[in-house]
Amino acid sequence: MAYKFDFGAIVPHWELLLNGVVLTTELTVVGSVIGVSLGVLGAWARASRAPVISQIVGVYVELIRNTPFLVQLFFIFFGLPALGVKLTEFQAAVLAMVINLGAYSTEIIRAGILAIPQGQIEAAQSLAMNRVQIFRYVVILPALKKIWPALSSQIVIVMLGSSVCSQIAAEELTFAANYIQAMNFRAFEVYFIVTGVYLVMSILLRWMLKVFGNFLFERRNHV
Amino acid sequence: MSEFTLWDIVYNLALAARWTVLLSLTAFVLGGGVGLLLLMARTAGNPWAMRLVRGYVELFQGTPLLMQLFIVFFGLPLIGIDVSPWVAAMLGLTLFTSAFLTEIWRGCVESIGFGQWEASASLGMNFRQQMRYIILPQALRIAVPPTVGFSVQVVKGTAVASIIGFVELTKAGTMITNATYAPFTVYGCVAVFYFLICYPLSLYARHLEGKLRHVAR
Repeated sequence: MAYKFDFGAIVPHWELLLNGVVLTTELTVVGSVIGVSLGVLGAWARASRAPVISQIVGVYVELIRNTPFLVQLFFIFFGLPALGVKLTEFQAAVLAMVINLGAYSTEIIRAGILAIPQGQIEAAQSLAMNRVQIFRYVVILPALKKIWPALSSQIVIVMLGSSVCSQIAAEELTFAANYIQAMNFRAFEVYFIVTGVYLVMSILLRWMLKVFGNFLFERRNHV
Repeated sequence: MSEFTLWDIVYNLALAARWTVLLSLTAFVLGGGVGLLLLMARTAGNPWAMRLVRGYVELFQGTPLLMQLFIVFFGLPLIGIDVSPWVAAMLGLTLFTSAFLTEIWRGCVESIGFGQWEASASLGMNFRQQMRYIILPQALRIAVPPTVGFSVQVVKGTAVASIIGFVELTKAGTMITNATYAPFTVYGCVAVFYFLICYPLSLYARHLEGKLRHVAR
């Protein structure tokens, strides 16, 4: 049995793939901006000495980190409507990514906050800064700088993980691939090319996060 | 139409959870074996082997697990090998696991001081002996906590195998939902099952990490 590969069969569908790339990018950007913000809040709550809030955040982190993203997504998209919360595919996908990344980044950023020398915080206190000021001016940037590589990896993992959002018919890159292979039956060729696209996207994303990190942290060195 | 009680849901999910556990174990053990071979190739000092393994790791860490499973599932039949969802899932997850474990273990091997390599070389040991008697026993100690930690990722990764039609916990959840129209309860239970499998592993990894830090001090 000789199978003839026909990668040309994908070419007419380039627009679908492009739309998929755009939607995957949108999901990743929105998901990681909100997700990391949630992580900063969560890490603050974890590091603060308010026991109840810290414990609640701890439970959230453990629940999310010990269940698969796909199940979280199904729970949000299929399960929440039972409680009257109806979401579109895109909203459900973003919400799942935010909740997922929020938990991971809480744990990552917390490690960064714990690595800030206590003397820095005491120095800020002696300057009569309040807790919000200390967090904003003394703690958060050096903390983020310390854990930026780990956080970047996690964002790339979330971008790659978004491929399962095709299962709730969010029309991202994998959905486009499924759709194309259903039309031309060239499953292997489509998935092969789309895998390559994901690889390029993850390399680009990693590079952009590195550049963004340099911009965010280096510029303030002289302050 | 038969009535599904909560007990029926839990019972059927428990049956399916066996497949999640079996798939995780298989992928973890086989992936560990392949990962060890790749680690040898990576650290033996042949620049081509090194580049090849680095590319392999980059490929599997830079693409979605779902795509890897799709390529195995749809690609192997093209070269005349018919694969069931079980074989495809096992193979895909094994490759995925091996790439991550190689990378984790490489870090552990590289953290062993270079003096150890030199000292064992000066005793006339070849690469295999150095690895077997000097490097691996020391690297193993640091490698255990992150390896146990990664096993959680493998268990969660098996959920993606449901998409190529392998009936494990998540797929069973979808099937039961289609019969009961109670997605909130069913997916809630599915999540609880995963949590029960993964959380002990997470705790154990953290415990080992703490112990190691204690020893290091």
